[in-house]
Amino acid sequence: MAVLERTYKPYAGTLAPEWSRFLIIPRDALRDVFRSKIFSGLFALAFLWPLVCAILIYLHHNVNALATMQIPLRDLLSIDSSFFRLWIIVPQGYLGFFLAMLVAPSQVSRDLTNNALPLYLSRPFTRTEYVVGKMSIVIILLSAITWIPGLILFLLQSSLEGWSWFSANIPIASAIFIGSLVWILLLALLTQAISAWVRWRLASRAALLGVFFIPTVLAGIVNEIFATHWGDLLSLQWLIWNVWSGLFGEYQEQRFYIDRNGVEQLGTALNGPPLWSCWLVLFLICAACLALLSRKVKAYEVVK
Amino acid sequence: MPDTAESIKISPPTNADHPVIDLQRLSVTFGGRPILRELNGELRGRAIGLLGPNGAGKTTLIHTLLGFHAPSSGTAHIFGRDIRGDANQIKRFIGYMPERDAFIAKMSCVHFVRFMAELSGLPPGAALERAHEALFFVGLGEARYRNLDTFSLGMKQLAKLAQAIVHGPKLIFLDEPTNGLDPPARTRMIKMIREIRDSGEANIVLSSHLLRDVEECCEEIVILKDGRLVTYCNIEEERRANKKFLMLETRGDLKPFVSVMSDIGCEYAIAGDHRVKLILQEHTEVRDIYKLAAKANVQIRRLSYKRDSLEDIFLKAMESGTV
Repeated sequence: MAVLERTYKPYAGTLAPEWSRFLIIPRDALRDVFRSKIFSGLFALAFLWPLVCAILIYLHHNVNALATMQIPLRDLLSIDSSFFRLWIIVPQGYLGFFLAMLVAPSQVSRDLTNNALPLYLSRPFTRTEYVVGKMSIVIILLSAITWIPGLILFLLQSSLEGWSWFSANIPIASAIFIGSLVWILLLALLTQAISAWVRWRLASRAALLGVFFIPTVLAGIVNEIFATHWGDLLSLQWLIWNVWSGLFGEYQEQRFYIDRNGVEQLGTALNGPPLWSCWLVLFLICAACLALLSRKVKAYEVVK
Repeated sequence: MPDTAESIKISPPTNADHPVIDLQRLSVTFGGRPILRELNGELRGRAIGLLGPNGAGKTTLIHTLLGFHAPSSGTAHIFGRDIRGDANQIKRFIGYMPERDAFIAKMSCVHFVRFMAELSGLPPGAALERAHEALFFVGLGEARYRNLDTFSLGMKQLAKLAQAIVHGPKLIFLDEPTNGLDPPARTRMIKMIREIRDSGEANIVLSSHLLRDVEECCEEIVILKDGRLVTYCNIEEERRANKKFLMLETRGDLKPFVSVMSDIGCEYAIAGDHRVKLILQEHTEVRDIYKLAAKANVQIRRLSYKRDSLEDIFLKAMESGTV
């Protein structure tokens, strides 16, 4: 067909599957994001830490290398659930937060500023597909630096340690996956909701930082004043920390306490408020973000 | 992005059986305030002009048909499909050019139009090909790799038209397409709209407050006033209905001539020394007038139909306020 044909013609060809259309949004957004050299550099750096962890895991299983470097095995970290949580998921999760802060704030606000939503929604493309498409930008980017390297490291450890270690530690793999996914979904929803309501990019980045760090300070104050852990429910940081700890089976700890008879006993204590309450608050935050998005993601706002 | 296309074919709707738009007591209310009030009518024209003063509800009607606002009561059908239940199906056949600037930032023009085609469901290859074609069609072929941010207002209007037609819709909603265009750009835009209309491949709904635009492009008009449909008519038929009004320019003594005309039942009004307005009766033909004028020794130098312009129709509708 000639490109220079200048007549109006209907389209009579085949259509792409409907389920895949939301992927058009992240495809274009990611292409745009990786045009920035700074972002590309930061993204590449995000793989540095998993690489260091991979070397640590390798050293654990290479006696010759340890002997050459004169490092005693007991000085190395043990490769267990704490290692995967504190050395992989937590640092990668925080890094993901900063990457999301760079990428996400302009995604919805730019479309709202340029009145692009009527163009999306006048097509066979729903508001849900739009939101899912925008969220998948963060989901794809953060998956690449959180649970994917986490699971690769888990498989590396399994391959070096053997089948018995793998079968005994399957919960770690599910914790890596579910914990990362909860964090990614929370970030994706929160960044999109902020982007929809705060159109100025710098302000929306500041709002995101504020949402994460100001309540953490408040939570600390509440915990100190009332000598409780319930203040954790105010802080997104503590909420996700508690959820991760719960998923990795490290939310409870063995502590000594004095019983009614004045005898010191060893018992189980929680490190924060009950885990169900953390999950519930996270769920409520996600629901609130969806409600905020649904108010803004419309072809046209009706001004009352 | 999937490269493999699903084997769904677009089955273009035919308007032989169904009207293009069928309004059935369609009402829209915002915050308790009625914006559209029980609109009724079957619109079948290839190009339908949507007229009305500012705030009459033209854009709200388009938005409701596009599924942006839910009707508070009643419904409408587009090519026989209900806007309440089949909105997603309807959108496959619709193109929309919004009134306000509407773009996706940081994109070249061809990228933008291609992106829109893909959102309409075209596979990436076909979308790119059609984006180039659409941009050549609207006259942005040479500027298609430029960033949209660098476009003038006229070019942005053309880019909006390109995104509205890139997927080959069967019904195109154009909301004030000539807004902000200089006269040559306006002429080009009107020419393109007429080309699309004359191709017979798409129906057009053109919303405008500029009567001239509608007059040059449309066959049928819908006039809205205060959210009510006050006139729906075919412009040509309306004009034909007024063909019995004649304006004559004559030479000679008018008195015997108008007396004869009066005798055969024609109403008349003398509009100057040599001018007379006539309203013909059903049985009277124009050639009878020439014969009677010859008998009365009057020369007819000019004879013209006093046709209603769109402005007349519009003003009548505004005055009467009823269908």
